[in-house]
Parts: sequence; C-alpha cells; structure tokens
Amino acid sequence: MAARVSVQTQDFDLSAEVAALRAGDPGVGAIASFVGTVRDRNDGLGVSEMELEHYPGMTERAIEQMIDAALARFDIRAARVIHRVGRLAPQDQIVLVAVTSSHRGQAFQACEFLMDYLKTQAPFWKKEMTPEGARWVDARVADDAALQRWGIAAGNLTAA
Amino acid sequence: MKIEVRYFASLRETLGPRETVELPEGATLAALRDQLIATGGRHAEVLDRRRAVRCSLDQTMADESAPIGEGAEVAFFPPVTGG
Repeated sequence: MAARVSVQTQDFDLSAEVAALRAGDPGVGAIASFVGTVRDRNDGLGVSEMELEHYPGMTERAIEQMIDAALARFDIRAARVIHRVGRLAPQDQIVLVAVTSSHRGQAFQACEFLMDYLKTQAPFWKKEMTPEGARWVDARVADDAALQRWGIAAGNLTAA
Repeated sequence: MKIEVRYFASLRETLGPRETVELPEGATLAALRDQLIATGGRHAEVLDRRRAVRCSLDQTMADESAPIGEGAEVAFFPPVTGG
C-alpha cells in the first residue's frame, strides 16, 4: 500500500500525488486538495525564510491517526498528507492534503477536516526570520476554533 | 523511576533537547511539570503555569492528568504551528 503520510525536506508535486492517490480506483468521482505555501509576511513583518521543526515519530503517528479519523467520519476512499520540514522560503510549498471520494461534498469536508486537525494536533513548529530577527510563530485561537467546529476540542492554545 | 523528557521548539532552545528525570512511581504529567518548575531557573520560567505548554506521553498528545509509566517518553512543547 502506498504511503499515506510523508514528512520530508524535499518539495512535492501535486499532480503526481493526486494521480497516485486515484490510480486504479474507478469509484473515485471527486478529488479535493489543499496546498499550503510560505507567505512573505506574517503578523506585520516581512518573512525572508522559515524553519520548520517537528517531533519525528510522533508527527507521522499523529497524522496517521487523523487520516483514520477522516476515513471513519467521511465517505472518502483515500487520503494523502505531505508536510515539509527544515528551511523554506516564501512561495515554497509547505503542506499537501489530498482526498478522493465518490462525490465532491465528502471530499471537500474531509480535506478541510484534515487541515483543521493538522493545524492544532500535529507536532510542528515554525520559526520565521524577519528584519527584527528570528521568532517562533504564535499559535492562533482561530485554529482551535476551526477544529471545534467538528466537535473536537483542540486544546492547543485554548484549554481542552 | 527514571524517565526521559524531551523538549521542542522554544523550550528546546532554552532547556536543551532532552534530559533524564527521576520521578516517584505513578507520578502524573502535571506532577512532573511541577517538579521541573520547582528546580527553578530556566525550567521555572519556560514551564510556568501561566504559559501555554502542551505535552505528550509516548508520542501521543496527552492531558496533564495522565500517569507516567516506567520508561515512558514525555515531551513538553509550545502550542503547535504547522500546516
């Protein structure tokens, strides 16, 4: 079986990943994907570079569990998550979530669910380089709220 | 019992990547955090109760009420910011 989760320094190709995800499954009628990229500004400052740290082992396990949760919750056929780590520059791709389903509704929902889950439950941390020096990115209450829409307490910044 | 404590992101920069801690049998994550705070200095500063700090037990996000077993791997880190 193809890998569902990859944490890697190298870039990824959306078309190739989607092609692999739906290959050999004629029941697929919808594919939803999300790609996150590095912005050149955050919280009022220019960002020249970003460094992504993670917790090897736990990261992969956490995302596998999220995919299991998405498969149990939505009528989807397959899902793929890639998250990059290490040094990244503005415009670089950071994260890919792709989901296949028979129909679009469940694919859209599962894709958003996985991103909302990942933002607050996968152990990644961003450090950005700005004209005022390096700084760790602050977690956002809005990301906790996004997961709570699905009935799941995030407990990242807000109390669980 | 001895357990391994790991730190990530800003906590790692301040406390280092890991340390071994001697802990009473059956201690919870909360008790471990309190014990580390009680050592004072940088530990007291970055693990302060007014700060948002998350923890994991054996590489799974955990609540501080969780009891720690012999040989467990515990980690403390700031709120996550991936995606």
